[in-house]
Amino acid sequence: MTPRDAILGKIRGGLSGADDAARRAAVEARLSTVPKGVIPARGQLDDVSRVDLFCAMVEKVTCSVARVRSHDHVPQAVSDYLRARNLPHAIRVGEDRRLKTLPWDDIKTLEVRRGASDGRDEAGLSHAMAGVAETGTLVLSSGPDNPTTINFLPEHHLVVVDARDIAGDLETVMAKVRNAFGKGKMPRTLNLITGPSRSGDIEQKIILGAHGPRAVHVIVVG
Amino acid sequence: MQITSPDFKQNARHALDDVQLQKALGNVRAGFIDKRQKAVDALPEFEALRDNARDIKNHALENLDLYLEAYEQKVTASGGQVHWAETAADARSIVLDICRTRGARTVTKGKSMITEEIELNDFLDAAGIVPVETDLGEYIIQLRGEHPSHIIAPAVHVNQDQVEADFRRVHTHLAPDRDLTAPETLLDEARQVLRAKYFEADIGITGANFLVAETGSSIIVTNEGNGDLTQILPRIHIVIASIEKIVPTLDDAAQILRVLARSATGQDMSVYTTLSTGPRRPDDPDGPDEYHVILLDNGRSAMLGTEFQDMLRCIRCGACMNHCPVYHSIGGHAYGWVYPGPMGAVLTPALIGVDKGGHLPNASTFCGRCESVCPMKIPLPKMMRHWREKEFERGLNPATQRYGLKAWAFFARRPWLYRLATSIAIPVLGTAGKAKGRFSWLPFAGGWTKHRELPAPETRTFRQQWSQREALKQGGAA
Ligand code: SF4
Repeated sequence: MTPRDAILGKIRGGLSGADDAARRAAVEARLSTVPKGVIPARGQLDDVSRVDLFCAMVEKVTCSVARVRSHDHVPQAVSDYLRARNLPHAIRVGEDRRLKTLPWDDIKTLEVRRGASDGRDEAGLSHAMAGVAETGTLVLSSGPDNPTTINFLPEHHLVVVDARDIAGDLETVMAKVRNAFGKGKMPRTLNLITGPSRSGDIEQKIILGAHGPRAVHVIVVG
Repeated sequence: MQITSPDFKQNARHALDDVQLQKALGNVRAGFIDKRQKAVDALPEFEALRDNARDIKNHALENLDLYLEAYEQKVTASGGQVHWAETAADARSIVLDICRTRGARTVTKGKSMITEEIELNDFLDAAGIVPVETDLGEYIIQLRGEHPSHIIAPAVHVNQDQVEADFRRVHTHLAPDRDLTAPETLLDEARQVLRAKYFEADIGITGANFLVAETGSSIIVTNEGNGDLTQILPRIHIVIASIEKIVPTLDDAAQILRVLARSATGQDMSVYTTLSTGPRRPDDPDGPDEYHVILLDNGRSAMLGTEFQDMLRCIRCGACMNHCPVYHSIGGHAYGWVYPGPMGAVLTPALIGVDKGGHLPNASTFCGRCESVCPMKIPLPKMMRHWREKEFERGLNPATQRYGLKAWAFFARRPWLYRLATSIAIPVLGTAGKAKGRFSWLPFAGGWTKHRELPAPETRTFRQQWSQREALKQGGAA
């Protein structure tokens, strides 16, 4: 007997007496209909208040926030952030079209590095696929557009999120993921990021900047 | 790891006399409880979410075989590989086999209690493969040659000056006169040292908080980001997870995530919740080339259909130990194996046997706080009682306890004698302890009163008070 059959056999033994046909039907039903569960009222707001809540929650988890009217203003917002913190005037970016087609050349001296990060970038820029107002969470999916290394290796992570992509709750984002990648399919990595990296492992004091970015700057567009 | 659970009493005595440990345990009492309460108070739906989280896991367990099959199919479809391990030894040899066939020499590790359970580090070391713990707490205790004393704060028993001493001892390539007095500088140093390790490693090993049947994803929940660097930089990502980590859908995971972070650290969400599905895709510029999942049973399937099935709902949040007066007094190591606190007292006898772990369920005051904070509503005190009964049936209790219970049984069968004996003893104790309301010393109870005080009883017995209340009530109704 393979270990797989042995384990599944022991499980069935433990659950003996259960009606297998009924169980199979229940499992199939849950996987296909995906019951929603309890959705907290906190994030269930109109468009304007939802984006406001998102910004407030993101600040609560010690991110900084900038709001701009359109994507065209993103290069300036990036430059402002780097200058305000005396960082090298360079940014690592993936292939995301929403970021690639921006007027980067208007910002003189800003070096735009393309592709995945190798750990030598001070700052990286990603485009989130969604935000969650309830908790101030950014949702990023892996791939050439927004390589996962940019989320973790640079000291400063700048993340653009479109106000239209800010959902009230995580379940709404999961529905969007199903839509984008197909039901039951996922990108290699889906990162839900809520604040900069931190550790409480030394005497339970929270210190920012453990292994990931020390600072997360959120640029909300729209 | 040597199991010392059978020596629980002795371990506890040493823990109570350990000055560094007692100082460190102050951080548990001070930190976790308030933070959790604040986060819970800020979410009116918390109780409803707890109920739903419990129901989701119950449903998953009742259909565990089917969900595991569905999960496996999705992992395979996304290009990953599933390995099944009945025992710890099986899991270890699967890891070693992957390491050997790929010529791996260094392995970085995200925080994982399962790899503690299967004693992976010692095993890899012996096989000439270097395991590097990357979670700050795990890294600290690896340097110290210790094991975690808490399931989410592995180094909670260590104080800052001890970390400084360890870093000076091990990081000899750095200037000996460097300033390490602030916790920030300690963290910075660990960050620098470990950054290099992520890039060197051939394989990254993580645990999983959840396995999602709908998509074949494994989910890890962390704050540091070490688990992410561990899985995106090396060529191979191995996930080691026990079979009960399954949840049906992404939405089910979202529901349980809401109670997990709040119960664990008082955050609404932990900083990083990462869903990993298969290896890197053809056009991905980063991520691992191989993705393996090792599904470990190691005694869990035997808990299904028993009075301990509910324990398999545990999401390892640590709230039960954060609120446990026994854990507050003795810390995690005294429990003598991998899992401490109330969840350990229930899980340990199930996984290593009641003959070795049977003392642990006695490490309880039955105050019920663990159950009241458990996000999965696991009836921990009830299950500890089940273990006590089993231990007693098998005659494994220490002699004093058996005599104590026998003496109690003698009185219980002779209520008039019990009334007489207690009506003499209670007023004596009550009067003697009146001044403070507590005893800091009592004859024959030195073991109890050395490290805690015994509250002085009311001067009347419970039975006397009860009869009086009943009489009053009846008088009032008439
Ligand atoms: S038993 Fe409950 S409180 Fe304890 S770790 Fe498990 S889920 Fe958390």
